[in-house]
Amino acid sequence: MQKILIANRGEIALRIMRTCHKLGIETIAVYSDADQQLPYVHYATKAVRIGEPPVNKSYLNAEKIIEIAKEEQADGIHPGYGFLSENAEFARAVNREGLIFIGPDPETIELMGDKIQSRSAMEKAGIPIVPGSDQVSSLEDACIIAAEIGYPVMLKASGGGGGIGMVKCENEQALVKSFQTVKTRAKAYFGSETIFLEKYIENARHIEIQVFGDEAGNLVHLFERDCSIQRRNQKVIEEAPACSLSADAKTRMYEAALKAGAAVQYKNAGTIEFIVDENEHFYFLEMNTRLQVEHPITEQITGLDLVEWQLLAASGKNLPLQQSDIFAEGHSIEFRLYAEDPITFLPSPGKIEELDWPDFEGVRVDYGYVSQSAVTPFYDPMIAKCIISGDSRKQVIERAIRFFDQLKITGIKTNASLFAHILNEKDYQNGNYSTSYLNTIKM
Amino acid sequence: MKEIKAAMAGTVLNVFIGVGDEVNAGQEVIMLESMKMEIPVEASEGGKVTEVKANIGDFVNEGDVLLVME
Repeated sequence: MQKILIANRGEIALRIMRTCHKLGIETIAVYSDADQQLPYVHYATKAVRIGEPPVNKSYLNAEKIIEIAKEEQADGIHPGYGFLSENAEFARAVNREGLIFIGPDPETIELMGDKIQSRSAMEKAGIPIVPGSDQVSSLEDACIIAAEIGYPVMLKASGGGGGIGMVKCENEQALVKSFQTVKTRAKAYFGSETIFLEKYIENARHIEIQVFGDEAGNLVHLFERDCSIQRRNQKVIEEAPACSLSADAKTRMYEAALKAGAAVQYKNAGTIEFIVDENEHFYFLEMNTRLQVEHPITEQITGLDLVEWQLLAASGKNLPLQQSDIFAEGHSIEFRLYAEDPITFLPSPGKIEELDWPDFEGVRVDYGYVSQSAVTPFYDPMIAKCIISGDSRKQVIERAIRFFDQLKITGIKTNASLFAHILNEKDYQNGNYSTSYLNTIKM
Repeated sequence: MKEIKAAMAGTVLNVFIGVGDEVNAGQEVIMLESMKMEIPVEASEGGKVTEVKANIGDFVNEGDVLLVME
């Protein structure tokens, strides 16, 4: 590949371009009217306007994006994460136009995008899945099934993802109250009102395994990431390796992830998400068929460039390393800096007056904005990913405390103060946390 | 006449009321989705809805009138 179009924005567009330029590949950025001033637009070899700010008129406009790629004679399209990255129709259309879609096969995207179907495919492959249901069509059925599974349950959209469109129900009364809302929401967000039930696993950890496959059928794992620190079922802090998980559980999870990947002949970068209970039993949650937001912590501990691997795999080349040649060393934690109120977590768009951070050993910042950039209300409010690495978890926490102490961001509200608080909190320091952690700490 | 406006740009996810409905101050009337989260819009005061300008799926900008009450 000589030239690729990046069908995304912000930090991830910039991060993908960095690897492309390192490899001598030209890049084409696409931008909406809201993003014209952002760093990734200026960093690209060439930037082309796609349209007005709303996503349907810009980053979700598949036809326009493919048209630009063809006009600019791009060889391939990298979808990043979010937007069109898990849209099988888009991947198909890209391939149909003779371009390379930098990601897995459209069939795999389709299968994994349907949560009910993917649960059943994984169950067939022998992977433990969260106790749950197939499609529930009526409230009566939902109540019967939920009683069998046992409360609390999660009511989820089959076409969902990214933490959107799911509601935890503590009892039948809550289920009755949420049933129609979740259906309506599923339809509004994902175009399908198919919903299902899953048992809610309490005091769980959210641990995911990075896998990578190529055309030749090679498949490797790149260890795990612990993504338990979440708000609204969306990740806020991730770390690698997971700190309170036995070596035995890790090994079993790597094996399960490879089995899951092999069952769908997985190609390119993918992530198998598991929920792990207090007794280290783990259950398949979903598979993300794309580059993950938190991929940098895996890069930090393995020394690999995942975007480079994606480009190689998409070009039909073999993975550069075999499993026995892949090692993890040290520790890395990612903090997602959001334009939001640190207490209510409500988004806080606006103009960033000053953004500046200390640059010392172990600090990597994948940013989408700079001083004087505006965070607009049209997209996800993530400003930057602060990735802090070191020899040990203890050293990473010390460095992170120093980092957030010296980070300067003014003009808008951010969750930086939440990180400073968490880093000094005992349970977090001891690695004693689950997915409910953010609901339990007091600011 | 009272107008309820969008405090933030976003997509209209749900409209909980219709023309002719009586709403109370503080009642959730519309749900917007913006920046990957749901933002409820509440009536700042009570009244009778005379016009609903927002439809499910519409994209609204900050300051757009969502509904009119008397």
